[in-house]
Amino acid sequence: MQFLASLIDGLLLGFVYGLAAMGLTLIWGVMSVINLAHGAVMALGMFGTYLMFTYLGVNPYLALLGVAGLGLLLGFLMYTVAVHRIINAPHLSSLLATFAVNLIIVGVGTAVFTTSPHNVDFSMGSLSLGRIILPPTRLLAALAAVGFTAALYLFLCFTRPGKAIRAVANNRTAAELMGIPSAQVLALSFGLGTMLAMVAGGLIATFFPFTILSGGPYELKSFVICVLGGLGQPLGALVGGLILGGLEGLIPIFMPVSWVPVVEFGLFVLVLLIRPNGLLGAK
Amino acid sequence: MGMGRRTGFWLPVVIIFFWGLAVLVLQDDTLREKVFTLFMFVGLASSLNLLLGYSGYISFGHIVFFGLGGYSGFYLISQHHWSIYPAMLAGGVLSATLAGLLGLAVLRLRGAYFALATIGINEAARALVGNFGPFGGATGLYVNFATYQQYGGAGKALWLTFILLWLTILIILTVSFMIKDSRFGLGLMAIREDEDAALVMGVGAARLKTLAYMFSAFFPGIIGTLYFFKNGNVEPGDAFQLQMSIEMLVMVMLGGQGTVLGPLLGAVTYQGLRGYLLTSPIFKNLHLAMAGLILLLIILFVPTGGIGWLRERLPRLRKVLE
Amino acid sequence: MRPKSLVGLVVAVILVMAKIMWADADTSKTRTVVIGFTASQTGKLNVEGTRQINGLNLWIEQVNAAGGIKLPDGTVIKVAAKFYDDESSKSRVQELYTKLINQDRADFLISPYSSGLADAAAVIAQQYNRIMITAGAASDSTHKKGYTVVYQTYTPASRYLTGAVDLLAGLDPKAQKIAIVYEKDKFCTDVVNSLTSYAKQQGLQVVLFEGYDSGTTDFAPFINKIPAKVDAVMGGGHFADTSTLARQLYEKKVNTKMIALLVAPPEDQFAELGDAALGVIGPSQWEPLVAYTPEAANSLNIAWIGPKAGDFIARYRSKYKEEPTYHSAGGYVAGLLLEKAINQSGSTATAKVKEVLDHLDIMSFYGRLRFDQTPAGHGLQVGHDMVYIQWQQDAQGKLVKQLVWPEAVKTAAAQPIKAR
Repeated sequence: MQFLASLIDGLLLGFVYGLAAMGLTLIWGVMSVINLAHGAVMALGMFGTYLMFTYLGVNPYLALLGVAGLGLLLGFLMYTVAVHRIINAPHLSSLLATFAVNLIIVGVGTAVFTTSPHNVDFSMGSLSLGRIILPPTRLLAALAAVGFTAALYLFLCFTRPGKAIRAVANNRTAAELMGIPSAQVLALSFGLGTMLAMVAGGLIATFFPFTILSGGPYELKSFVICVLGGLGQPLGALVGGLILGGLEGLIPIFMPVSWVPVVEFGLFVLVLLIRPNGLLGAK
Repeated sequence: MGMGRRTGFWLPVVIIFFWGLAVLVLQDDTLREKVFTLFMFVGLASSLNLLLGYSGYISFGHIVFFGLGGYSGFYLISQHHWSIYPAMLAGGVLSATLAGLLGLAVLRLRGAYFALATIGINEAARALVGNFGPFGGATGLYVNFATYQQYGGAGKALWLTFILLWLTILIILTVSFMIKDSRFGLGLMAIREDEDAALVMGVGAARLKTLAYMFSAFFPGIIGTLYFFKNGNVEPGDAFQLQMSIEMLVMVMLGGQGTVLGPLLGAVTYQGLRGYLLTSPIFKNLHLAMAGLILLLIILFVPTGGIGWLRERLPRLRKVLE
Repeated sequence: MRPKSLVGLVVAVILVMAKIMWADADTSKTRTVVIGFTASQTGKLNVEGTRQINGLNLWIEQVNAAGGIKLPDGTVIKVAAKFYDDESSKSRVQELYTKLINQDRADFLISPYSSGLADAAAVIAQQYNRIMITAGAASDSTHKKGYTVVYQTYTPASRYLTGAVDLLAGLDPKAQKIAIVYEKDKFCTDVVNSLTSYAKQQGLQVVLFEGYDSGTTDFAPFINKIPAKVDAVMGGGHFADTSTLARQLYEKKVNTKMIALLVAPPEDQFAELGDAALGVIGPSQWEPLVAYTPEAANSLNIAWIGPKAGDFIARYRSKYKEEPTYHSAGGYVAGLLLEKAINQSGSTATAKVKEVLDHLDIMSFYGRLRFDQTPAGHGLQVGHDMVYIQWQQDAQGKLVKQLVWPEAVKTAAAQPIKAR
């Protein structure tokens, strides 16, 4: 009984983890930048949903569309200001540039929202499936995550800008030679990446309380997921998210819950060492 | 070692020497506390620089060595009643050993992969220590106040810790220069510029990288033991703050990576800036955001840091600024 | 030098001398003691930290308005506060307390809010032999390290939830199984360790014992581990996580007779959880509902100090436009204690004030206060008792806070939690 309940809880959350990680992995895949502002951007998504729900009375799931739009714009802005100039510099530069953006977001967020927790006060009661009891918000979040993933895939496979992104990810120089404006494509990819992070944050806000610092742990989880699924592979991120969610559900059955991060991060380092391209990645 | 390079070596060492001496002569406790924090960051930034600056490997979770080394040293003091001298060495040696073992594995990773792995190691270590019985689990360890009696009372113990830290920093700066000036350092810098080319040229990259990693872990272990000894207790949350890892990186970048004076300059500037922003009425609430903005401007426009920038602008100073 | 400026110089010299003499004359009668502390004005502890400082500031204002602390030899002691923001961070605390002692010449210290920060400050206080009254710090371990000048105003963590075990026995004499889910920090670990040993002593069975990291928001893994048919769920941590735990226990329809959680339930904000708050029990250091009186002090044959509860609440409310909580009371009482000790010892010297504090046994609106004098637990609070509140529904179905334990002060009987 506990087994099933735990596993379902973990997997549902895993979809949302996966969506967040997809944002990170997309940016990495296209331009080899690890976005250390990922967590802060997720927190902005949480606050976006919160503000629209609390002050404008928008349904949180409808608010996601607004959050997504803002995410895209924020991504363009971040790319143009902080990343474009150093896109060809060593890794340290982009790591620190995105970390600087992280500091700015967290700093302004702390000044505006303080660090006391906020809550999207949107409860849909409890859903009972036999003896398993779920808050419906988690189920809806998982469905929304799947929806966004599908939309991203359709976009990448069937639209011109989507194809351009794939071309640049594959080989930027070659893509440029073919006349693809790489700066615009990079900005678009960064926008999509932050959009996914903000949407994931918005979904999390519907069931967990949050502060401007809440993105941190999810950012770390996103790293683990990206490495499990293979850095740079969006679908791998979803699978990695499910693996991580499943583990978080299953590990507590066998040992104290506080051992979860030990196993998680231990596994993370191990996978990095043995298969740096991810469990699913090509050897 | 030419005349100019000698100055380059003496400059940071002399600064720290007289700075510490001034604190000792003035016997002002408030000043000592301030300088202790500052020296601690100078030491941590300089240690990180041994890896980051010389070999180009970005350790994002370097604080793990401060935490684990400090925990081990403190454990020996609090549970086995060691005196601070052997305990701080033990903290350092344990850190270095661990870095050696980890290094053999993770240093095979390059660039961002290595950076990610170091974050993972830090988080895993934090979670592990939080569950580890002998280290007191989540509540950590503490020393009984009577422990300080063997050093002539708490007041004396605080001064002793300061002096030990001061000496440690002087040694770090010396080692930092000696490495830079040696074949070992040359090898590291070849790795930084182009690891594959270095391998082809016969640089034993794996051995050199691991050695650099061990050096850069040894000193944080000592500093950690000293810091927790001064605090009188240690908890997992204090020992493995990812934030501090990143502050170390910022300091190195600010001052100039790969230079001896840079981390010193970076640490002092960063701490000064932080202190100013925190007390200024306008920036009080925005100090994090301001720190971020300054960091961003440095990365975008002065990527070589303060010392690097000076060296580019004023070629005559190149001999003096190492 | 021209005559005009010579005159000016003479006047200036006379003025300066007068000022020095006047100041001299002044110090023989009126002195100022500096009370140093850090406040968590920013960072994660700012809400509780600010309330504690409000309480303390109210005391300072009142003491000075009443003309200061009058010593038997006629000296009047005025109180001045000196404080800094510690950003809720340990590394800042030690630096700032050193500064308070050496640079600002603080005569007495009040601890920052929270066990972790108070613990870091206590080391400094002891190193420089300054008396420190801890407010908002309940951890027992601070007092097991050999300190001799640190005094606690809160009931220590080890007695936070033991009353809940007695309460459970009253609610259901057949109760057997309890599940404990707690935040893994110093304070909560101290609480649940003594809770566990007390529960076992009383013949209860601890069927789940799990710690969570500070800042946890997802309690599903813990709740899924709670076996069916437990009689009570106990634990929690600080405000944010405990509220979330209470909410998720409700969403997951955990059925049990009693839920007793730390820190959050006494806060008025907790009622915002609605049905999830109904029936939840929480220990509190002090509640406006609690009425300790001078008569009660009399019957115990101990001295009463400070205002009555009603006075304190009214003054606090009019100054800060909010209800005082136990954090506010803790800050205020820390000041009261110093006032009493300075007054009784007739001195501001550490050794003399310490002598008085060691043997103090008094009552105020906040309850009884007495300190452990043994070297093994010096300064530990042994006089003060916790009270337990429960959120119940009134006739209109509105959530109200009731005192349910101990018997002597209760305003309503404890109720088991409704089936969910």
